[in-house]
Amino acid sequence: MQPFGLLFARALGVATLGLALALPLALPVAAQAQQAPASGTSEAIRSRGTLICGVTTGLAGFAQPDSQGVWRGFDVEYCRAVAAAIFGDASKVRYVPTTAQSRFTALQSGEVDLLARNTTWTLSRDTSLGFDFAATNFYDGQGFMVKTSLGLKSAKELDGATICVQPGTTTEQNLTDWARSNRVRFTPVVIERLEEVVGAYIAGRCDAYTTDISGLASTRSAQPRPAEHTILPDVISKEPLAPLVRQGDARFADVVRWVHFLLLSAEEFGITQANVGQMANDPRPEVQRMLGRNGELGQMLGLDNAWAVNVLKATGNYGEIFQRHLAPLGIQRGQNALWNAGGLQYSPPFR
Amino acid sequence: MSDLTLTTAAAHSPEAVSRSAPLSQVGLAGWLRANLFSSWLSSAVTLVLLYLVIRWVAGFVEWGIVNAIWWVPENQTQACRDLKGTGACWAVIAEKHRFILFGTYPYDEHWRPALCVLLFVGLYVVSAMRRFWRKELALIWVAVLALIGVLMWGGVLGLPYVPQERWGGLPITLILATFGLAFAFPLAILVALGRRSRLPAIKALCVLYVELIRGVPLISLLFMASVMFPLFLPEGMNIDKLLRAQIAIILFAGAYLAEVVRGGLQALDKGQYEAAEALGLSYWQKTGFIILPQALRLVIPPLVNTFIGFFKDTSLVLIIGIFDLLTAGKTAIIEPAWQGFGVEVYVTVGAIYFVFCFAMSKYSQSLEAELNRHRRR
Repeated sequence: MQPFGLLFARALGVATLGLALALPLALPVAAQAQQAPASGTSEAIRSRGTLICGVTTGLAGFAQPDSQGVWRGFDVEYCRAVAAAIFGDASKVRYVPTTAQSRFTALQSGEVDLLARNTTWTLSRDTSLGFDFAATNFYDGQGFMVKTSLGLKSAKELDGATICVQPGTTTEQNLTDWARSNRVRFTPVVIERLEEVVGAYIAGRCDAYTTDISGLASTRSAQPRPAEHTILPDVISKEPLAPLVRQGDARFADVVRWVHFLLLSAEEFGITQANVGQMANDPRPEVQRMLGRNGELGQMLGLDNAWAVNVLKATGNYGEIFQRHLAPLGIQRGQNALWNAGGLQYSPPFR
Repeated sequence: MSDLTLTTAAAHSPEAVSRSAPLSQVGLAGWLRANLFSSWLSSAVTLVLLYLVIRWVAGFVEWGIVNAIWWVPENQTQACRDLKGTGACWAVIAEKHRFILFGTYPYDEHWRPALCVLLFVGLYVVSAMRRFWRKELALIWVAVLALIGVLMWGGVLGLPYVPQERWGGLPITLILATFGLAFAFPLAILVALGRRSRLPAIKALCVLYVELIRGVPLISLLFMASVMFPLFLPEGMNIDKLLRAQIAIILFAGAYLAEVVRGGLQALDKGQYEAAEALGLSYWQKTGFIILPQALRLVIPPLVNTFIGFFKDTSLVLIIGIFDLLTAGKTAIIEPAWQGFGVEVYVTVGAIYFVFCFAMSKYSQSLEAELNRHRRR
């Protein structure tokens, strides 16, 4: 036994030493990976001939493979739109499914070019992780779901209600903060597991169930009769979801950002997948500039001047994308409506 | 002789006409009486268990066959939802079976992974038959695995190229398990021998490898392979995610199998080693002809145990975003129209896993019986 014990002790020593040596080595490498000249991203994409897009491993409405294994969803449309802008062909995308844990490494290491994976834009991710968030394409936030039969119109009417919530997340805190500032009295029913908390709400143990609105919507659509449940329009926390790229290639970040703005502007000006062909003759100067009839906006982005037409032909405008993927889940436009319809989605001018 | 005298003696007496045993002792009735109703307690247990089994079987038949819905048009799952759990919605399998089996592989090319699965099964069957246990078998393995690679990747012979991130479903599970064990097993033998080596450096290295790998869960190795490892590589250089997961599985399986093999080496009598040395055999001759054949034979049950365990452990790759069979099954029911039919999908995926694991287990039993015939008492 002695030699074994001795050996084991020695092995442990070597292992610790190895780890101790490897860690400081690993950190600069990790840091380097962030600052590494990602200026190549655009060129790498072009020379490869495909855009590599990191998506979720499956989230209803945002990204999920259909029965034939084709990726579909709101985030997937952004991958397709960026590919259409760069190559004029929305099918030149490779989708890499990433988990919540592996997504950031995948982007840092260059395994993916673009992460369109319902990721919340936060300061630390933008700075210390070395990413650039292009633009918020979906304003998510915590909301409430109630039985339609209650006839509620706003969360403020929940005074005195019992509310189902999962513990340990910011969800619970947000609920308490919101209730205090709005003087809503409520009784929380705190349940750990997702199925159980949903079950408790369905069984009528609570009047309302609270979590992120996109989560509420997918829970609602999974119910036998979705119409029996209503998601209230109030949003009590900020979860801005945004596609992101590696820091270092500002041009590529610009492309992703302006593809999003293009989708918004197209909706604003009434340009759809169907009418984008005729719209080229539209007399409005901004539409002419946007669609490449006038000016060199495409070239300024390092793209073909027909980029906007290609994108809109492939995916349609923001409203159409929303309608296609998120509306069927019962997600309302809410904060994601255009600025002139009372929402937050606002595009700078195409000039 | 004594038999003979007995019969002749009995033949003399008139009432000695050979009678069959009482009806209550033989046949079905006798067996039931002896095994199921031998006492009050055993009768009670039998009846209770019988009741439960019949109830469960009847319940399953009612759910899975009588009330089940086998097909719905165009994702209209309302008919299934109206059952409210009283019947299975096999329509989800009808709709999604190709996704569950082959993941995001291009739909029109599904015959390629299907063929690969058949090739894998054929490879297992051929390798299982003793008649094929010769040197040529190694060549068959290399050839078939190369063929599988060509089929999955394509890019030659007019087959369109399919990148690895689109592979999925059953082929991924079989690839991870087959390659994992095929590479881990030789590694394990070397490590097991190394751990018993008299050379301190080799011994320390092997001990270090086994203890370090066994000291961490597989999931953390997979995490390291998928999250930490890429950061060490220069930008633009990427080792494929599947390959990284495969290497992690090989290293992990290797450490566990090495300990199993070492168990066999230790169980072997010291006389065998000494006899081999007395014959003047070199180390490798001794190991290859005398030690390993006996040692491996001894450890067939734990080896198969580990094999079966690893076949199922491959499903852990779901945490790094690879669509193996189980993950593909989970992903299939994310689509809103099909949410809530998890039981049907899990039963199906479970059945597929069961077929493979049960076949392995049965085969190992027969192999064990055959190889250890001389030890049977």
